[in-house]
Amino acid sequence: MRISYREAIRQALREALAADPRVFLMGEDVGRYGGTDAVSKGFYEEFGPERIRDTPLSELGFVGAGIGAALGGMRPIVEIMTVNFSLLALDQIVNSAALLRHMSGGQFSVPLVIRMATGAGRQLGAQHSHSLENWFAHIPGIRVLAPATVADARGMLGAALADPDPVVIFEHAQLYNTEDELLDDWHCDIERAAIRRPGSRLSLFAYGGSLPKALDAAVALARESIDVEVVDLRVLRPLDTRTIAESVRRTHRAVIVDEGWRSGSLAAEVMARIVEQCFFDLDAPPLRVCSEEVPIPYAKHMEDAALPQVAKIVAAVKEVLNV
Amino acid sequence: MNAKRKAKAAAGEQPFALRLLADMLRIRRMEEKCAELYGTGKIRGFLHLYIGEEACASGAMHALDATDNVVATYREHGHALLRGVPMDAIMAEMFGKAAGCSRGRGGSMHLFDAARRFYGGNAIVGGGLPLAVGLALADRMQDIRRVTACFFGEGAMAEGAFHEGMNLAALWRLPVLFLCENNLYAMGTALARSESQTDLCEKVASYKVPTLKVDGMDVVAVHEATCRAAQQVRNGAGPFFVELQTYRFRAHSMFDPELYRDKAEVEEWKKRGPIHSFSAQLKAAGELTEEGFLELDAAADSEVAAAVAFAEAAAWEPVGDLLKDVTTRGATA
Repeated sequence: MRISYREAIRQALREALAADPRVFLMGEDVGRYGGTDAVSKGFYEEFGPERIRDTPLSELGFVGAGIGAALGGMRPIVEIMTVNFSLLALDQIVNSAALLRHMSGGQFSVPLVIRMATGAGRQLGAQHSHSLENWFAHIPGIRVLAPATVADARGMLGAALADPDPVVIFEHAQLYNTEDELLDDWHCDIERAAIRRPGSRLSLFAYGGSLPKALDAAVALARESIDVEVVDLRVLRPLDTRTIAESVRRTHRAVIVDEGWRSGSLAAEVMARIVEQCFFDLDAPPLRVCSEEVPIPYAKHMEDAALPQVAKIVAAVKEVLNV
Repeated sequence: MNAKRKAKAAAGEQPFALRLLADMLRIRRMEEKCAELYGTGKIRGFLHLYIGEEACASGAMHALDATDNVVATYREHGHALLRGVPMDAIMAEMFGKAAGCSRGRGGSMHLFDAARRFYGGNAIVGGGLPLAVGLALADRMQDIRRVTACFFGEGAMAEGAFHEGMNLAALWRLPVLFLCENNLYAMGTALARSESQTDLCEKVASYKVPTLKVDGMDVVAVHEATCRAAQQVRNGAGPFFVELQTYRFRAHSMFDPELYRDKAEVEEWKKRGPIHSFSAQLKAAGELTEEGFLELDAAADSEVAAAVAFAEAAAWEPVGDLLKDVTTRGATA
């Protein structure tokens, strides 16, 4: 069945809500409005205002309440409208959700799922367009997921809810309308990265909204008989270092695509691990394709120029291959 | 006094008034020992003493049921103790030992006890309020009739978390008992220097949450007010806010030179010390003799001595366990 990324998340949410009375969805305009990105449209009527809980504009408050509810035996799914707004809740995520288990000597776990939209490309300007996945991926005690495909949009939520610890899911805003065949086996292993396109000459790593760009780049390169492997990192913490290293050991070359800013990026972490583990397997220095180090601008041509694009990825691959 | 007190006294236990006094003494003696051990280097890090404020925890904790939730701050030794966390486990935690109530990972500011529904031990000012709201929400959604008591200081009332938490609790009519220990100083900043509205109950009233202002140096007044408030919360009337007007006799932490308040002010408040004023009151009423007081004091001293011995003898957590419990499944990075 061919469905959208949005519909895949909707199916996952509906399934979770129907299967477990402890699951509820909470966030700004998730209820009556139907969700900013229409992910929960109709759920308010279907599951009622207690379980599809509209909140005031209080990111710190309702994310903290989600943590408390998780401690109290519920399985909350908290939706934050965009990653930029999540900064208002960082205290509760970092200082409570991520720390409680270790700091309490293992007494408390926080089975909380936080979903948020991330990324640029919709001309929403600098305060609605950033990619801060790496900030979250820096923090021990939470799992960070970035579904980039319809199947992962379908499969990751259930896996996240089954995790006894906090999970943050980044849904790239540009992906909601993308469509694909949803195969029967959409279950997702949230320990492992996924090879989306096998190849031999170079490993191209990407996640979230950059994955379709990496795949398009691979298609373009294939037309020039350059066969690259595309690896979807998808689990940003803990990183699946094994899959990353195995791929580089096969191809001996790497390019990492990351919509985050280059300095201190997730791409930097991936590159560091490649260098630590595969230095002598490398035939060329790896390269990164990241966002330019500017606030994401509004004007379309400027926004496009700030982000990783297929042409930049193709150029980086050719540079590493020296072709 | 009230029904709760009578019920407890009738159960053939120590007379309730003496329990209140004994509990204040247990906190006082434990913390005096902690200060001493800090001087010898046995306890390190931050150590925030509650000395002077004992009537708040003592009066309020006895207004709660064993099945209620408690969320506290970084000045929570007394709350943990009266919640039933054994003094041994608290002292071992201060020492950083594996037998501590947080396995030695938390220290003074992060005492936890899942079995006693004691949710810490939060060193982010105001951080406990949203957590308390969530705990209460979980209870409501699961049809559990329970109060979540949330302690915080008046300094927290300048935080966004206070306003967001108060609004959510009031909006959703959640069973949270907000207990503000107003000791007049947010670390070194006096209330009037940090709040445009220094009447805390007025501030809360804008959220349509009922309030009570209580003399936090009077353990009986605290107990009666918190019993009343807790009962209302338990009956489903939504959140309640109690301001406990109190005073910290010691420095904010062991690093505080106390340049921000007059010695005379401290001495003036000490005259209203909760332990000596309550024991004087009990003696005047013929409910306590000097011998009786000394017995309670000696009992507290020996509990402290045993706790110190326990902490001294306790083992350190093996370094090999460092990464344990970062996550349940063990994955860290």
